[in-house]
Amino acid sequence: MEIFWFIVLMFMLAVYVILDGYDFGAGIVHLFFTKSEEEKKAVTNAIGPFWDANEVWLIAVGGVLFFAFPTLYASAFSGFYLPLIMVLWLLIFRAIGLELRGQIHNRLWEKLWDKAFGIASLLLALFFGIALGNVVRGVNLGMVENGVSTQEPHYFFLALWNPTLDPLAEQQGVIDWFTLLLGIVAVVTLTIHGANWVIFKTSTDLNRRLRNSIYKLNFVLLGLVLLSAGLWHIVKPFPLINLRTHYWLWLFPIMAAIGLVGQFWIKKFKKDVTGFLFSAMFIFGSFATTVASMFPNLLPSTNGVNPSLTVQSMAAPEYGLSIGVYWFIIAAVLVVVYTVIQLSVFKGKMDDVGYGDH
Amino acid sequence: MEDMILYNRLQFAFTITFHYLFPQLTMGLSLMIVYFKWKFLRTKNEDYNHASKFWMKIFALNFAMGVVTGIPMEFQFGTNWAKFSELTGSIIGQTLAMEGMFSFFLESSFLGMFIFGEKLLGHRLHFLTGLLVFIGSWASGFLIIATHSWMQHPVGYEILENGKFVLNNFGALFSNPWLWPSYLHNQAGSLITSSFFVAAIGAFYLLSNKHSRFGKMFVKTGVIFGVISSILVAFPTGDLAAKNVVKYQPVSFAAMEGIFETEKGGSEIILVGQPDMINRKIDNKIAVPNILSFLTYQRWDAEIKGLNEFDESLHPTNVPGLYYAYHIMVGLGTIFIGFMLLATFLLWKNRLYHTKWLLWVLMFMIPFPYIANTAGWYTAELGRQPWLVYNLMLMRDGISPTVSSGNTLFTLLGFVGLYMLLGLLFLLLVAKIVRKGPEAPIALKL
Repeated sequence: MEIFWFIVLMFMLAVYVILDGYDFGAGIVHLFFTKSEEEKKAVTNAIGPFWDANEVWLIAVGGVLFFAFPTLYASAFSGFYLPLIMVLWLLIFRAIGLELRGQIHNRLWEKLWDKAFGIASLLLALFFGIALGNVVRGVNLGMVENGVSTQEPHYFFLALWNPTLDPLAEQQGVIDWFTLLLGIVAVVTLTIHGANWVIFKTSTDLNRRLRNSIYKLNFVLLGLVLLSAGLWHIVKPFPLINLRTHYWLWLFPIMAAIGLVGQFWIKKFKKDVTGFLFSAMFIFGSFATTVASMFPNLLPSTNGVNPSLTVQSMAAPEYGLSIGVYWFIIAAVLVVVYTVIQLSVFKGKMDDVGYGDH
Repeated sequence: MEDMILYNRLQFAFTITFHYLFPQLTMGLSLMIVYFKWKFLRTKNEDYNHASKFWMKIFALNFAMGVVTGIPMEFQFGTNWAKFSELTGSIIGQTLAMEGMFSFFLESSFLGMFIFGEKLLGHRLHFLTGLLVFIGSWASGFLIIATHSWMQHPVGYEILENGKFVLNNFGALFSNPWLWPSYLHNQAGSLITSSFFVAAIGAFYLLSNKHSRFGKMFVKTGVIFGVISSILVAFPTGDLAAKNVVKYQPVSFAAMEGIFETEKGGSEIILVGQPDMINRKIDNKIAVPNILSFLTYQRWDAEIKGLNEFDESLHPTNVPGLYYAYHIMVGLGTIFIGFMLLATFLLWKNRLYHTKWLLWVLMFMIPFPYIANTAGWYTAELGRQPWLVYNLMLMRDGISPTVSSGNTLFTLLGFVGLYMLLGLLFLLLVAKIVRKGPEAPIALKL
């Protein structure tokens, strides 16, 4: 039963990253690639009716994590206390940036909220990459000092950074060179992803420029992916064991590779949605590869004293998990229905759906 | 340790108090928006459609504030109350996860359509999307109060040897005797906030001689919704909720009513007075004999237990705070009923729109339902002290073991600063929407 909930949770998390990921990407595009007022409006129109519903996936992920893996929820949320609260603050700035911009017509006001939206999106993309890096690297569970746990074996607390930025240092920090590298990978990935969404949903001159930028950025991304795959071993020997015993898992890295390489033909794509599908595929593939290679670990331990947190050791008891399946299936069907309705109402280009000031 | 508990409690209290200013308006207002849209479908009077769209703008702004301040609530269980989350997560996680899956997807999907979709959908489907937003927001309230009720009156659980609470009866979470009175009481309170808000904006328009047609419509609708909800909040919902406290948390009831000693031959009801915790009495007391016994047990001489009957360690940690919260709620609630009955009478006599002093009062009543609702929640939460899960888990056993008090104070200060900014922006924008009036072209926004 816990395997079912693990798959549900990871799938929902992947959906969240793909959906809100394009919102963050659009924010980065908005910050760096737009020149005119018209282009800025195109970017916010592209995500206008969607970003709020996308953010709900984060709340749903939080809820399912709380319910199905309460010990992991407690351990990870208190351990990553400061970065998590900062993510909450950034989400607030992203939201009010989008919400408030069009409310008052004043150049300064608009500029202020444009920057709030853009910078918050950029930092959120960076933080989510850093978060993934922390989960891959693992933490000092039980806060072991000199071979003795100072806390219960599943609790820990991480400072924001350690002075040497060394992921293998005794005093761990949330930010080190490895997690920062994954943060940058996330920023570049989501920039491409967000740009693809803007191309898909709007039709201004910006799109032609964005295709060029995506083409160039994709070289950077390919380089970064190869670099981090190479350096991964220094931090954590990549546990290929799962992929060796279960061949079907190779589907995920292959998906990621197709998504990444396919993006190089961005200038030739006939349909505006194609680029978005490739970047979504890359995100899903690389996320699933990471999860599959870690399984059954959820949060690895970096000391030899306390065991890693696993799917089995973190799960809630059987009765609650089984009964949860019933309501979850009903809810999931409803979510699919809402999404289909929403997509059919807001299909096509969003240029005409005014945002904020009509 | 004491610092830790204090900062954690302050942070949760501050963030939830601020958060709940928004949902209490949106839950009530969603029903009133649906009502305006329905009136439009029935009468084909274009004004009702304008009214529904005008309130939708204020709703959308409130909803956005509710969402951005609500996400930290869900995360704070884990960040600040990790031990509590670990031990009870398999139970309260059920209702919280259901809230995310059932209500938030519903609300967020259809709110977008309600705001953007009038032309795309036609009026009937547009009404339907509004109705679905209403259902989503009320379902959200229900699941949150189900979670709250489990903490007040735990049901359907067993405790394992390692201290973890395990669910053994899913249905019990929803047949919890604490749940339905609290939920209906809370929803009635939320309708009071929205009714007074709508009526106050109407009074403002009438007094400033702008948008007078809408001024009358808002005052009338606000007063009618207001009189019904003010009565419902006291009877039967408030009455039933209070009887739950008497039955399941008698020590909290004694503190709420300010009864230090059990009185033989019936208890008086204290209307005004300040608790003196050293001499264990109420200063400057104004009280009516035997009424409390009658309200509680329908017998004039029924005995109500005072604080002296319970061990001091079981007393709520802040007796005066609890006493004031409860008295502010009940006092304001009583004023709301009286005032709304008078307004209804004048409405019936066709004099309401010309009774200037009453419109002035109506306009300045805006903050009081917020105060009453907040005080009501403080009554419930201070009444649960010193427990986190009533009678089973103390506050001190629920906090995060590895987060230092310095870190909690840092984030508490951050939330205070950020929410001050949010509050200011919110007031600025609501004032702007109100000033533009209901006939302004619709601002399309999410």
